[in-house]
Amino acid sequence: MELIYSITVGVMVTCSIFLMLRGHTFSIVLGLTLMSYAVNLFLFASGGLALHKPAILADGAAYADPLPQALVLTAIVIGFAMTAFALILAIRARADLGNDNVDGRVEVGDTLVNKEQNGSMRQHPEPSAGGKLK
Amino acid sequence: MHLTALPVLLPFFGAVFVLIPWFNNHVAQQRLVAQLFLIASLVVSVVLLTQTLADGAQAYAMGDWEAPFGIFLIADPLAGFMLVLASVLALASHLYACGGDDQTGKFFHPLFLFQLMGINGAFLTADAFNLFVFFEILLIASYSLLIHGGGKERTRAAQQYVLYNLIGSAFFLIALAVLYRAYGTLNIPDMAARSAMLSEESVPLAEAGGLLLMIVFGIKAALLPLHFWLPRTYSSTSIPVAALFAIMTKIGVYSLWRIHGTVFGDEAGTVADLGKDALLWLSGGTVVIGSVGVLASQSLRWLIANLIIVSVGTLLMTVAMGTVVATAAGIYYTLHSTLMSGAFFLVAGLLMMQRGQAGDRLVRSRPLHYPRITGVLFAVVAMAMIGLPPFSGFTGKIFVLQAALKSGDAYWVWPLMLISGLVAMIALSRAGTTLFWRTQGKIPQDAEYRVSSLHIAAASLLVAMSVALVVFAGPLTEWSLRAAQDLQIGISVQQLNGGVSK
Repeated sequence: MELIYSITVGVMVTCSIFLMLRGHTFSIVLGLTLMSYAVNLFLFASGGLALHKPAILADGAAYADPLPQALVLTAIVIGFAMTAFALILAIRARADLGNDNVDGRVEVGDTLVNKEQNGSMRQHPEPSAGGKLK
Repeated sequence: MHLTALPVLLPFFGAVFVLIPWFNNHVAQQRLVAQLFLIASLVVSVVLLTQTLADGAQAYAMGDWEAPFGIFLIADPLAGFMLVLASVLALASHLYACGGDDQTGKFFHPLFLFQLMGINGAFLTADAFNLFVFFEILLIASYSLLIHGGGKERTRAAQQYVLYNLIGSAFFLIALAVLYRAYGTLNIPDMAARSAMLSEESVPLAEAGGLLLMIVFGIKAALLPLHFWLPRTYSSTSIPVAALFAIMTKIGVYSLWRIHGTVFGDEAGTVADLGKDALLWLSGGTVVIGSVGVLASQSLRWLIANLIIVSVGTLLMTVAMGTVVATAAGIYYTLHSTLMSGAFFLVAGLLMMQRGQAGDRLVRSRPLHYPRITGVLFAVVAMAMIGLPPFSGFTGKIFVLQAALKSGDAYWVWPLMLISGLVAMIALSRAGTTLFWRTQGKIPQDAEYRVSSLHIAAASLLVAMSVALVVFAGPLTEWSLRAAQDLQIGISVQQLNGGVSK
């Protein structure tokens, strides 16, 4: 069981790192999501894997370590919120910068240029003056 | 006593309170209420610091659960210092924000207070996982504050900062899982006690976890290969937020003191002084790369951001030295460098408002409208940053240099610090000359100046701290030595359950 478990975590981390090394926000957000799944599984395993143990005290039997479960719960909630934020930010950046590259620039030939400098390439309107959030 | 929990609770209640919809149409009241909460948390922090200095550390059991099962808040003198520092900085930056920057978007005040809540919580907590939670609180507030006001540059900087820190958070969790496996606890004093008696198969796990944590704190502190997020983030965000962010890097340094100084400290047996060799090299490298950045900076805010990297490098050198005196010197230097970086951002804000289109770029521009007050503030804060007498940078650097001499690290610390000081002097005198003297044209008659007395008061308040740090250098040195000793001694689980420890 440990072997399958660790292979699962390992494969997920590998995929997430591959995705995060790409320069586009969408794949990075996907990578982060995968990473947080892998991390949650990893956290869960930190208490030691055991079969058929009660989650909470029962009849004097040995019970599973409750702390990792609490940690995973907290981590899931936080990871969920953070992913949502990152996603919204990525959409906002796509609108503001005109592309989905992490540094807001695209390759034209061999050089990186700010896409917004080239008016014809920009598809989204500027945020209103002062950039007030609605 | 519930006093220990107040630095976390006060900003929290303040944030919730100013979220009441009524405040949306009553800006003046909202500012006043937020300001009152900030003043209250400053008062609480000062009381807490004086109490811990008089009676030793105070432990507070959240929900009254016993150690090592419950989550504890510990206020020791070091935490007290950091709380006071955070409150002073927050108060001044908030005062500056009330000059108009808070109106460029919604929810500035709640976010600002949540930010302070996260920072204070990170300083107080005695549980490694709780530290993660407070890190996330301060991070999510900082993400929103960073992008507050909008604009392309901010979006771009925020995107990189957010993604980078999310990866950092994943590392933090992995490190915690590994450490939990090795130690069977995440209570920091409990971990410190168990370090010396780790079983043989746990040692590699503990080492891996400790080093991963060092990477995480390195990201926060802007340690050499992990510092690339800092200049763009700090130079693109609004002025008061940048000033408040001056403390963010110090949270990384503080966490290194708190965890690596105790759990992986001198008495930790096989895992003692974990990663210290790497930290020696990387902290020195941080100073070098920061100095190069200082020389290469094209705008004032970028320059200040690089100066922050230099000061973080200096602080990390004190962490790498690891002696009690070095930690004390680090504490004093933290006070100085945080307040001065914040002050410098506020002064840069004053300059930007008077220079029209030129903003903070180091180019020839029109003369300033208020050259005297801006000039004096700039001169004082620049001298403090460089480390010239009679301001706080001088005493701070002397303290670090002396500590290096005592711990036998002078041969590499002295050249780095003195040369980085020289580099800062060259860069800042060049910048100052351009900003104040290389002017052209006249002040346009119809120019609108947003500089208000609030802005000047906020900047002066922080700049005056430099003088205060020198005037009270004697007692501050004594107290920071005390704080460093208390950190070294640590707190045991039995003392936690006793409530108050000596």
